[in-house]
Amino acid sequence: MTRTFLGMPAAPPGVGHLRGSRPFPEAARAALADTQLRRNLGKATTTIRAKRAAVVAELPDWAELRDAGAAIKDDVLAHLDRYLVQLEEQVVARGGVVHWARDAVEANRVVAGIVRATGARSVVKVKSMATQEIGLNEALADAGIAAWETDLAELIVQLGHDAPSHILVPAIHRNRAEIREIFLREMGAVGVPAPEGLSDEPRALAEAARLHLRRKFLDAEVAISGANFAVAETGTLVVVESEGNGRMCLTLPRVLVTVMGIEKLVPTWRDLEVFLQLLPRSSTGERMNPYTSMWTGVTPGDGPEEFHLVLLDNGRTATLADPQGRDALRCIRCSACLNVCPVYERTGGHAYGSVYPGPIGAVLSPQLTGVADNPSLPFASTLCGACLDACPVAIDIPSMLVHLRSRVVEAKREASRLPTPERLLAASAAWAMANPGRWGRALRAARAGRLLGRGGRRISALPPPLAAWTNTRDLPIPPRETFRDWWARTRQGGDAEEPGGGGRPAGGGAGPGPPGERGAR
Amino acid sequence: MRVALFVTCLVDGIFPQVGKATVLLLERLGQRVEVPLAQTCCGQAHINTGYAREALPLVRRHVAAFAGYDAVVVPSGSCAGSARHQHAWLAEEAGDERLAAAAEGLASRTYELSEFLVDVLGVTDVGAYYPHRVTYHPTCHSLRLLRVGDRPLRLLREVRGIDLVELPDAESCCGFGGTFSLKNPDVSAAMLADKMRNVLSTHAEVCSAGDSSCLMHIGGGLSRLRTGVRTVHLAEILASTETEVVGR
Repeated sequence: MTRTFLGMPAAPPGVGHLRGSRPFPEAARAALADTQLRRNLGKATTTIRAKRAAVVAELPDWAELRDAGAAIKDDVLAHLDRYLVQLEEQVVARGGVVHWARDAVEANRVVAGIVRATGARSVVKVKSMATQEIGLNEALADAGIAAWETDLAELIVQLGHDAPSHILVPAIHRNRAEIREIFLREMGAVGVPAPEGLSDEPRALAEAARLHLRRKFLDAEVAISGANFAVAETGTLVVVESEGNGRMCLTLPRVLVTVMGIEKLVPTWRDLEVFLQLLPRSSTGERMNPYTSMWTGVTPGDGPEEFHLVLLDNGRTATLADPQGRDALRCIRCSACLNVCPVYERTGGHAYGSVYPGPIGAVLSPQLTGVADNPSLPFASTLCGACLDACPVAIDIPSMLVHLRSRVVEAKREASRLPTPERLLAASAAWAMANPGRWGRALRAARAGRLLGRGGRRISALPPPLAAWTNTRDLPIPPRETFRDWWARTRQGGDAEEPGGGGRPAGGGAGPGPPGERGAR
Repeated sequence: MRVALFVTCLVDGIFPQVGKATVLLLERLGQRVEVPLAQTCCGQAHINTGYAREALPLVRRHVAAFAGYDAVVVPSGSCAGSARHQHAWLAEEAGDERLAAAAEGLASRTYELSEFLVDVLGVTDVGAYYPHRVTYHPTCHSLRLLRVGDRPLRLLREVRGIDLVELPDAESCCGFGGTFSLKNPDVSAAMLADKMRNVLSTHAEVCSAGDSSCLMHIGGGLSRLRTGVRTVHLAEILASTETEVVGR
């Protein structure tokens, strides 16, 4: 056997939520048919977009902040080995316990073990992408432990037996009438029921959630959180939130477990200054988020007595290995790119099949799982560039999508020597375009396509795969004369097949031609 | 100044009137335009669909075809964007440093039509006459890749006889996205529906843009719905005068 370097391990299949059950175009079709979903999404994203634009515009140094954010994250990623060890030393020195988890399976096992050791049968949870990514709630349920989401939107998703569809607003696909129904139907079965006669006023819905959750907070022995940031120099963890539920979880229970992706580090407290400006303005469109909780190890008589930090890889080191893709690890999960994405706005998050939807999900999910497991996601974009403009850490998502598309095509090439119809089309087009004579003849041959217009100026029906175009759009019939033939006829009095060799310029405006076509000079 | 036209493969084969309009416009402004017939395609469709390997010879051909020129004018934000932002990167990825350097040089001499008119020739009034109600869609690549800003609108505002109306939600993508329109036809059509709704709300006779590809998509939808709204490239409007109506 020859030795094969398999690279760094990807996020394993069969656990967590990074892979969809069907390709994006198929899932998107189903989502597009849901008119209520499209209405909810259009309304919500338009509102957040306007709020973000307003608070970003009021900072004169936004561009510099953005550059600083990118630079700090790049430094972290370049020296991740050193910063992670520094973080571990600091957390341990302050009474915490650090666990290293290669992937979702290990992380879930570690957390379940910690909870089981406390004897608790339930935990309360702070909103966390990392624990969604690894499917922690399901893993805890398998271990006989109930995990209660305490973020309002996550609670709506959990009670609705649903999946989150947005990084920041997981229940963005629900409107308040739907939320009222979910609360009335589900709350009683798992705790304090919704008040009778509950209306769909936001204030009433929030009050119902507050009453339901208060009991959970008071009963909880163990809390589980993610982290927005971890400061390497002091071992301090940071969670930013809007509702105060996070503060409850981080201070009331006896044991606190934090699951954090290894890229969430910042080197120093000074670096937080940049991110605590970038994050709230980009995500909720607020100047500052209502609650910022920070904790460092354990403090006797104040807050949790036991603190565990689980450092999660789950495909991140593999992502770091790709110079064209690693910038995705700068992401601070603000979801500004989702809110400005014209594709996300139409399909919502579920179509992406991963807890990371939208533009950042289209570049992050395939890298965490390996492109073979998410081959349709890099193509789920028009490359319109709105995401790059909105990103607070300047991740060039469009270029990264193009790079990942190449990786998908190359992976398919390696998997099978038999060319797909698409590969044949790409190769033959490139062959024709590689030679101007061939290209000119190919364009002329396309004139036969005029017949498809049936005497009109438009082609309205074509066989697959081009039916994908003509199902909703007409196509113009090819012209009688291509541009290059017109040029040769009017400006060179000659033949378009003689390009005059290499890159030598052709006749310019000097050739003969009907005066009418020369314009007024 | 030796000025070359990179006409783009789509204009060459499907929309020759856009190429002719660009030539007539530039000649009217006193430029001696040359069209090196060694040109074919910038390779963007290949690059953006993941066929970087197939695209590399096209990039090599493109860079060679336009080697001797001081300025290359492109009636497309998207194709100009590919030359400016993808070619050198692709060559570097393939380990061809010489090609990367040549592509970098060509990138700095490549101009989308409105950039060339406003920045190089220094004109916004090109002497055009176009007595129609027009709304303008700023294409994504001209807007966010090239940052042409309001140059096309400054040019359109100087056109005599034009009734220029603002397109609501103009900066939203129309949903074309190259092969996206075939790989994700349903999402593409949903985005197109919103773009068409906005176009129709202006009661314009003509929807204009600087990219024939996006116009093929928008125009294909407007035609299918029998709206009567035509799509006309920016170059065609700017080339039109009292004595000469370019295009249809």
